[in-house]
Amino acid sequence: MNRIAIATPVDESVIRSLKVGDEVAISGTLFTGRDAVHKYLYQGGKLPPGVSLNGGILYHCGPVVIKDEHGNWKCTAAGPTTSIREEPYQWQIIRDFGLRGVIGKGGMADKTLAACREHGCAYLHAIGGAAQVLAESIKRVPHVYLMDEFGAPEAIWEFEVAGFPAVVTMDANGNSLHKEVFAASQAELAKHL
Amino acid sequence: MTALQDSLLELIRRTSVEIPEDVHQAILRSLEQEKKGTIAESAMKIIDQNIALAKNKSQPICQDTGSIIFYVDCPVGFDQLAFEDAAREAVKIATKKGFLRQNSVDSVSGKNDGTNVGPGSPTIHFHQHRSPELRVRLVLKGGGCENVGAQYSLPNEKLKADRDLDGCRKAILDAVLQAQGKGCGPGILGICIGGDRATGYEFSKQQLLRKLDDRNENADLNRLEEDVVETANKLGIGPMGFGGRTTLLGAKIGVLNRLPASYFVSVSYMCWAYRRQGVALGADGKIGNWLY
Repeated sequence: MNRIAIATPVDESVIRSLKVGDEVAISGTLFTGRDAVHKYLYQGGKLPPGVSLNGGILYHCGPVVIKDEHGNWKCTAAGPTTSIREEPYQWQIIRDFGLRGVIGKGGMADKTLAACREHGCAYLHAIGGAAQVLAESIKRVPHVYLMDEFGAPEAIWEFEVAGFPAVVTMDANGNSLHKEVFAASQAELAKHL
Repeated sequence: MTALQDSLLELIRRTSVEIPEDVHQAILRSLEQEKKGTIAESAMKIIDQNIALAKNKSQPICQDTGSIIFYVDCPVGFDQLAFEDAAREAVKIATKKGFLRQNSVDSVSGKNDGTNVGPGSPTIHFHQHRSPELRVRLVLKGGGCENVGAQYSLPNEKLKADRDLDGCRKAILDAVLQAQGKGCGPGILGICIGGDRATGYEFSKQQLLRKLDDRNENADLNRLEEDVVETANKLGIGPMGFGGRTTLLGAKIGVLNRLPASYFVSVSYMCWAYRRQGVALGADGKIGNWLY
């Protein structure tokens, strides 16, 4: 299957054209943010200087990052974390920071789906557990932010990526693969009880 | 470093970067079975690539290197305190080397001291046996799959689940439905029928030490294990919850006695990145053979 190439910063029109089931390959800059970052931003915390999410893509990820022999950050494992924990916060962060994409795993629920539709954002599902394949597409780790406050897995890491693979599972037109699969599997299970 | 620390470090490294052979075979079968050209097949291909890449680069299969759970079978009179010290030291070194993520957080202050050593980390279960052999098995269980574990108290009116094996089946399949793809499926279930709320979950995790291709000695439970996997794979949840043919790679059921008043069904969900390994150690602390 051909992957649709997406580069950051992303135009709204590009995001609006994506459909559930599309496979994408992302290039440009990703910022990570997970539980601590979402709670912090939702409660009015400011983005650190140097971090812009406008037109950007936020990655739900707590990577393994080490310093190489030259003192540069090197990401050695970087799969997605479960996104549903950010459901209480995500809608507001999409609205206030101009996000065009959220990468994670497991999908999100109605508040996020509504925010995606209203503000032009898509949920991009990376393969959970595929930490090595995904780390291969991270070419450089220029910066880390809020490391002291939140610790390494919860910090905001800046990743330069090329060809980062993901699948659109919630699009900007109100469709969610997760809702479809849940409904279908629930109906199927009823036949086997 | 002592020989024991060295051996435990190698056990941690190998557990984090390599998938056991029985699990790898099940993943390859699932890749075969998914319909060509679907996102489910695409997911399984990436999983397969990831397994090879992690092993070749000696880097973690998954960045969430999980709860660190040791199961130690030891001779009578074995020095458990010395083992605990060695295990903690091996965990610290494995974390510095990047085989484990800085993954242990103070639950009140939110601080992560970056060592992976603290209350409850690592967890070590000792079991004495009348043999001179020392066997150490390790499970690294990620948080995403741990979060979709579930415990049911039967009867459950909503599920129409009574206190019998059919009621257990309903509870287990409900856990699969609720988990969808959030636990990084295709998954493997460790299940305990009975026990109390603590021992039930603990024993459900111990079922994950069993090989996927073994058989339950109890014929009824063996049938239930097979039925759960077969039925789950008809639900169309699929890899990552993308829809597809493989939702579960296995289900293993253990049983504990219960109180007359209690009837718990505890389900631990393990992700496809099923990190489980074990070693038999000689008296010198060196690795004799691998257990999986």
